[in-house]
Amino acid sequence: MITMIAFYLFAAILIASAAMVVSARNPVHSVLFLILAFFNAAGLFLLNGAEFLAMILVIVYVGAVAVLFLFVVMMLDVNFVELREGIQRYAPIGAVVGLILFAELLMVVGVWHFSPAISTLRVALTPMAEQNTAALGDLLYTHYILLFQIAGLVLLVAMIGAIVLTLRERTLSRHQVIARQIARSPDDTLELVSVALNAGIPAASFRRPLADPLAEQPQEHDDRHPHIVSGAAHHEERH
Amino acid sequence: MAAFFQTPLGILLLMILEALAILVPLLLGVAYATYAERKILAAIQLRKGPNVVGWFGLLQAFADAGKMLMKETIIPTGANRILFLLAPMITFVLAMIAWAVIPVNDGWAIAKINVGVLYLFAISSLGVYGIIIAGWASNSKYAFLGALRSAAQMVSYEVSIGFVMVSVLLCVGSLNLNDIVLAQRHVWFFIPLFPMFIVFFISGLAETNRSPFDLPEGESEIVAGFFVEYSAMAFALFFLGEYANMFLMSAMTSILFLGGWLAPFGIAPFTWLPGPIWFILKILLCMFVFIWVRGTFPRYRYDQLMRLGWKVFLPLSLFWLILTAGFLMATGLLPQGAA
Repeated sequence: MITMIAFYLFAAILIASAAMVVSARNPVHSVLFLILAFFNAAGLFLLNGAEFLAMILVIVYVGAVAVLFLFVVMMLDVNFVELREGIQRYAPIGAVVGLILFAELLMVVGVWHFSPAISTLRVALTPMAEQNTAALGDLLYTHYILLFQIAGLVLLVAMIGAIVLTLRERTLSRHQVIARQIARSPDDTLELVSVALNAGIPAASFRRPLADPLAEQPQEHDDRHPHIVSGAAHHEERH
Repeated sequence: MAAFFQTPLGILLLMILEALAILVPLLLGVAYATYAERKILAAIQLRKGPNVVGWFGLLQAFADAGKMLMKETIIPTGANRILFLLAPMITFVLAMIAWAVIPVNDGWAIAKINVGVLYLFAISSLGVYGIIIAGWASNSKYAFLGALRSAAQMVSYEVSIGFVMVSVLLCVGSLNLNDIVLAQRHVWFFIPLFPMFIVFFISGLAETNRSPFDLPEGESEIVAGFFVEYSAMAFALFFLGEYANMFLMSAMTSILFLGGWLAPFGIAPFTWLPGPIWFILKILLCMFVFIWVRGTFPRYRYDQLMRLGWKVFLPLSLFWLILTAGFLMATGLLPQGAA
């Protein structure tokens, strides 16, 4: 009874928010409705006893993917009214895609309906294991480890491809190399000199020209030329 | 009486009572956490801290809450009203609902679900929405900058938190929080997994936007970051949410690494104290370190924050995960199935 109510509640909100995703005027609202849709899908998973899938849906899609989505959409400065003008032109294509998907779904469900025995012919039987976390792990990491690894490699290649396409060498930015900072010792940077009275230090020895950031490599500055501490000189003068 | 609690009304009443039993102490704890923070910071800086309202300033938290209630809620023009008011509620509610799965003693959790760790991970990764929605709906530059910073920061540190959790799960063989604590009967996980414990705690600081990773607030550069436009109760909800999240992170640290409700060593003088007391003591210890860190370290620069997350913690936690898995396989200690 409660399960029924929960199912219809989740399903109704899911469909309504999915409709709002495509019809909301503000793209940020669209993404927020998408997040609501993910949540309700997670709720439906939970009702079916697929607790692991529900949590992973929330963690991966809501917690990571949708955040980046929202991040990008909030920063976009696109005139969405202009974008919407093509909607009449592209609506038939969208409708055809939707119809095809719907037909495929009908066929899948129809087969189950007309021939319940077909589910026994599946290559991978639904494991009747204790918890579905363990069952999924068994399927993915024991029986289909090769396919799973290949899928992971495909994603890795896609990721490296995206990085290679967008990587550009920024010669102007000054990177902090923490290892070098830590490796520096006072001897590298400080030098104590005792200066003759009224003689001072020749300016050239401590006032080094600052590296021109445009001309020189950013790694080159700083630690070559030691600063000179003239504290000793002041000390002597006071006496 | 027992029969009454079997009826639907009784079950509902029981659920409400269970929720209150954990939320009321939590909110009281949050109120005194703000007081404790001010006192500890004051002690670090050789000041007195709040000492006027009540004995030793003990009623300061309630005076602050009363003040917040009296103030006017200001909604800036150009702000998205619904989202503007929704954001603090999301922050607060998310900080509360995570406590449904926290086991206070053996089997003492409101919801004993099998994927407890994943639930906690999911809820804590949702915390970013309150901040990002607040920043966007305020229609203010500073708020927006704070929101973008926090989005990047929380997504980055979640990754290493995930790896740390997986390496703990490898040692337990179950996603159930109760099993995780029981698996630490012999040795608390912070001893064998010490680097992971440190990574988890520091990532927890970043995940709760606490100093030295409080760049989303960053008073010195972006005023107060994402909640610069908030006032009165909406502001108070953010504040409560932040402290409740600190408590949650402390509770997660004590469950994953410090043996939850288990007494240290499991021997006589320690076992006289009941489990929940030990659990609370461990949470308070973590809270103290949270505040201590705030009093000690300067704020990170943004590029240093990103470097720490992606170039230090991510490789380290991944390496340690593989090491843990390899060690467990090689020694045959790998737990099989649910404990």
